[in-house]
Formats: sequence, C-alpha cells, structure tokens
Amino acid sequence: MAVITEKNSNHYVAEFERLEKTSAGPTWFNPVRKAALAHFAEQGFPTTRHEEWRYTNVAPLARTTFRSAAPTAVPVDLDAIRPFLFGDADSTRLVFVNGHYVPELSIATGVPAKVTLANLAELLETEPDTLRPHLARYAGFETQPFIALNTAFFQDGAFIHVPRGFVCETPIHVVYLSTGGPEPVVSHPRTLIVAEEASQVTVVETYAGLNGGGYWTNAVTEIVAGDAGVVDHYRLNREHDDAYHIGAVRTQQGGHGTVTSHGLTLGGGLTRNEIHSVMNGEGGDLDLNGLYIGRGSRHIDNHLRVEHAAPHCDSREYYKGILEDSSHGVFTGRIVVHKDAQKTDAKQTNMNLLLSGNAQVDTKPQLEIFADDVKCTHGATIGQIEESEMFYLRSRGIPEKEARDLLVYAFASESIARVKIAPLREALQRLLFTGANEDRLLIEEASNP
Amino acid sequence: MLEIRNLHANVDGHEILRGVNLTVKAGEVHSIMGPNGSGKSTLAQVLAGNETYEVTEGEVLLNGRNLLELAPEARAAEGVFLAFQYPVEIPGITGSYFLRQALNSVRRYRGEEELDAVDFLKMIRERLKLVQMDDRLLNRSVNEGFSGGEKKRNEILQMAVLEPRLAILDETDSGLDIDALRIVADGVNRLRSPERAMIVVTHYQRLLNYIVPDFVHVLVNGRIVRSGGKELALELEEKGYTWVEKESARAELAGAR
Repeated sequence: MAVITEKNSNHYVAEFERLEKTSAGPTWFNPVRKAALAHFAEQGFPTTRHEEWRYTNVAPLARTTFRSAAPTAVPVDLDAIRPFLFGDADSTRLVFVNGHYVPELSIATGVPAKVTLANLAELLETEPDTLRPHLARYAGFETQPFIALNTAFFQDGAFIHVPRGFVCETPIHVVYLSTGGPEPVVSHPRTLIVAEEASQVTVVETYAGLNGGGYWTNAVTEIVAGDAGVVDHYRLNREHDDAYHIGAVRTQQGGHGTVTSHGLTLGGGLTRNEIHSVMNGEGGDLDLNGLYIGRGSRHIDNHLRVEHAAPHCDSREYYKGILEDSSHGVFTGRIVVHKDAQKTDAKQTNMNLLLSGNAQVDTKPQLEIFADDVKCTHGATIGQIEESEMFYLRSRGIPEKEARDLLVYAFASESIARVKIAPLREALQRLLFTGANEDRLLIEEASNP
Repeated sequence: MLEIRNLHANVDGHEILRGVNLTVKAGEVHSIMGPNGSGKSTLAQVLAGNETYEVTEGEVLLNGRNLLELAPEARAAEGVFLAFQYPVEIPGITGSYFLRQALNSVRRYRGEEELDAVDFLKMIRERLKLVQMDDRLLNRSVNEGFSGGEKKRNEILQMAVLEPRLAILDETDSGLDIDALRIVADGVNRLRSPERAMIVVTHYQRLLNYIVPDFVHVLVNGRIVRSGGKELALELEEKGYTWVEKESARAELAGAR
C-alpha cells in the first residue's frame, strides 16, 4: 500500500511540475500551491487504517493514474446541461466543464452589479487583492490530502462575493459538469463564497457527469459569512454512477451569522462529503442538512465536523439516508465545543432507511466538549419500511410499489421541505419521486405536512 | 355478499382462527363479539389481507370471488374496507394526499376516471361533515399526533371516501368517550345502505346501542359459538363472556369424545 501511495504522489508531483512549466498564469498564488503539494506528497492518499477513513476505501483513487481533465474536445451545449438546471432557463449560473469555465453556457448577468460573480481563473489574474484575504485561508490542507491536492491543482472555479449589507435575492447556480470519457481524468473545482457583514446570498452547486469512465471530481468550497451574514448553500451531487467524488466544504461564520449548507447526494459511485464548519463569532446559527440516496453499489460517506469556538452558538445537523441494493452509507458527525463556547446548543440527527438486506450503514457521533455549560444531543437511527405502514396504505387500495415509494418519499420529505428554493425543491421531488406519481401538484401537497 | 367457510388462520405458528363460518348479505350489519384473544381482530385483519396472518384452511368469497388470493390493495378495490383498531401514523404524508391516492388507486382498478384536485376537494368537504372533522387535519401527516377520537373519525372518513361494499369496523369504539363514540357511530349509520354490508367487531355491547346490528355472533377461541339477533348482545352484557366460554368448552369436550 505504501508503495502505491508513494508512486501516485510522485505522479501528482510530476504533473504539478509539468503544469508549472506550461502555465502562463499569475504566480502570486504559486507558493500556496507548492506548500499544498508538499503536504500532499508527504501524506499521500489515506487508507482505511486512518481513523477518519475507516469506512471509505480510496485505494482505487490511489491506484489509478488520473490525468488532469482538459477542456472538452466535444463542445457541451445547453441541451446537455439542461437536465441539471432548475427554474428558468435564463437563471443566473456559472458553468464549468471538466473544471474549466464555459462563458457561453453561463449567465452571470442576472445578479445586481454589487455582487461579484466570476470565475477564479480570471480573478487570479485581475484581482489578486480581492482573493488574497480569503482564498485557501479557511480550508486547511496541512492534514487534508484531498484539500491539498485541490489547492495545488485547481484551474478554475466560482467566486461569489456579496458586499456589506447587501441582500442578493437571486439564487446563484454553479454547475460543475464532467464529460467523462475513456481515460480516467480528475478535475479540481474550487468555489469561494464570501458574504460580508449583514449580507445575504444563496448558492447552489451542482456536480454532474454526462458519461462514465471513472472520472474523479475533487472539489473544495470555502464559505465565509461575516458578522450577521447569511449564506444558504446547497451542494447537489448528480455525478455519474461510476464517478469518484471527494468534496470538502469549509464554512466560517462571524457573530450572529447564519449558515445553512445542504448536502444532497443523488449520484456518484464513491462519494465522500467532508464538511467542516467553524462558528467563531458569538450567537451564530448553523444548519447542516443532508439527504443521501444509495442505489446499486454506491458508497456515500458524509463526514461532518462542527466546531463551536464562541459562546451562544446553535448548530443543527440533520442527515437522512435512503439505501437500496448493495449501497453503503457512512455518517460521522463530530461536534467540538471549545473551552469558551459556553451556552452552546448542538443537535445532531442521522436517520437511515435500509431498503435492502445488502445495503449497509455505519453511523458514528463524536462529541468533544471542553466547555461546561452546553447542550449537545445526538441521535442515530437505522430502520426499514414499516410493515404496518405498508399494510395500512395497501388496505386503502394503494398498490404495493406505490405504497413503498410513498413511504420512502415520506421519509425524505422533511429533508426536501428544508430546501428553500422552490424550483430546486420541485426538481428534487421529481428526481426522487418518479414513477409512482409524477403529478407535481400532488407531490407539492404531499410534502407539505 | 360475503361467505366465510371453515376459515383457519395462524400467527407465528399459533392457530387463532379455528374454523369460522359466516354469511353476510348486502344491507346487513353483523356484530362479532367475544372476549379478548378470541380472534376477533385476527378475523378482521385476515379479511383485509394482512400477510402477518397465515390462512391454513377454508375460503372467503366476496360476491363469489375468492378474496384470499387477492392482494390487500385488490381487496380494497373490490370493496373491502377495514377500519383499524389502531390506525397507523404515516409521518411525511398528508391526509389529503393519502386519501386522494387511495381513492384514485381504487378508481383506476375499477376502470373509473381519476378525480382531479378540484373535484376531490369538493367531495372531501362533503365527507368531512359526516364525521364532523376539521379539514385542517387533512393538511397534517396521516394520524400523526391525532387524538384517539380523531384517529377513529379519520378511519370513518376514509370509509366514506372509498365507499366500500363490505366495511369491517375493528373495535372502533375502543378508547372513545361517549361524545366521540356518538359522532363515529352517527357517521357509520349514515353510511349504512342496502348495497353495503358491515361487520362490527367489538368487545362491548355499548357501541351496539348506537350501531344497531341485524345479527350478533359470539367468537370464542377462534370459532363462532353462538349467533342471534341484537338481543344476544344484551344477554352477553348481562351474563358476561364466561357464560359462552363455559358453553363452548363443554361443546369442545363433547366433540373430543
């Protein structure tokens, strides 16, 4: 195993040197990239012997030589991305294909002029001073090999900035599309969302794949909410069934800031979602909502770390999983309450519905509490469809398959109801509830208890 | 309408029904009474198609059709309705959605046109009055957080919407105070019709003051040991179940010899 690790960090070191020589881009960020690469080279890929990676085996990533994804040779048109959009066809969006910005598919004009909505590759050149205080300042790579790899290699990504006191009411959609293909390729999308003091923004990130081929998405998103800033963030995984997706979300919030991040995993072969939230201003409010759907042999690992670093902060984690076939779900929720974070109120809920005897779930809460006046609760459940509920529905004439779909939907409905963007909520309902009844009106009605 | 012949059923290997015979004609209301554990609820669940119970012998015909070979949803569509003793809570699904799904499933099965939201709403408003139920309950998850009375009323509402040919009411009176009992019984009575048969399963005679049956049967130890008119219920109330239990034990002994 050690040999494989070494060989593959060598591959990335060589790849880095090659890119360094050929790249004509700005150099101010290069020291950070180099430092990140050095950390990656030192650590290599984690193995299941690492406690944090016990349930997720990334050996296939270490074993495979992924080349950096190039902008697609075959142009992607609007029809190809349409299935991944929601709401109006001309709603605000940035579209990236294989990690590279595609202005022809993007509509960056729908937001007020005060809001900066741009791609990072361009800003790295034109506005280093805007990026410098934030970029790679939150997502620490010292002990995180995948964040290190992303930091060393990311070519492009989205930058969203909302100035002090401004409310951006239009949701911003960032689409990271992978075309897939015959060779294993990796892209490293990077997203930076900055909501200054008392501002508000809503961002949806969609990760999607057009074809298989075992591509790998290694994404990092940094979210910063200033004092009393509000960020509503959605991360939708609709990757191809044989894709690898490693995604890190790092949130930081000031005093009385409100951050909500939804992790919705509906695709991918192997997915690891790492969320690390730090609440370092007094009176912050954090919601981490998640819904993961396991089908086939999909593996979904949600790895959450919530840090209460200031007093009077509330955090709620609400993750639900539906696991079919031989899929595997993992939930790890660590809550760390720092010494001075008195009056912390932290709540963690993880509920799983197993729909097959071969599906599997590992769920693990971890509490580290160093303050003495706190409230921390956690609860995890693993259940199956209740036979009594099935019989009740069937005895009223609802056929078996529809009854089952209805109960699965009922399980997911609360997570969907938490999605505040109506067109996205409707799109999710359609994605999750096709077949039994596609009457949208009914679905809306059903999910509104 | 309903023919039950020599019905035997097990649960977890224990024989609960041990040869039930019963004939119910359209328009009739039959009450099945019996002590706890006599098999009353088992009979109701078996008729509705609960697969927890295994039918080992006998047959059940609904208008000549073999009910036992039908899935629960097909039985519902054929006109069987069971008002549950313990209505099930379904978090995440609203009452109105559930009812409309149920009704349209049944209509689909029967080859009838499905009701759209507007027609459904009109019809449901009408039926709600029957059980004096607040329509706000329909916007909540099915039975979740309902009181005992609300749950039972909800059962009768479902019956009113699905318009069954054979309604089986399983201990619909249990846990109800007298006001709630009157409302529920009143709803049931208004649903009585010459085309509809009812089986009212109850432990106590009290309910039968409000839903007056044409026939009363006493189930003891998985068999109907005595049948009569509505006066049988009063006799049972007076003498208690030990009276028929003793009688049935004597009969079994005689049979064994």
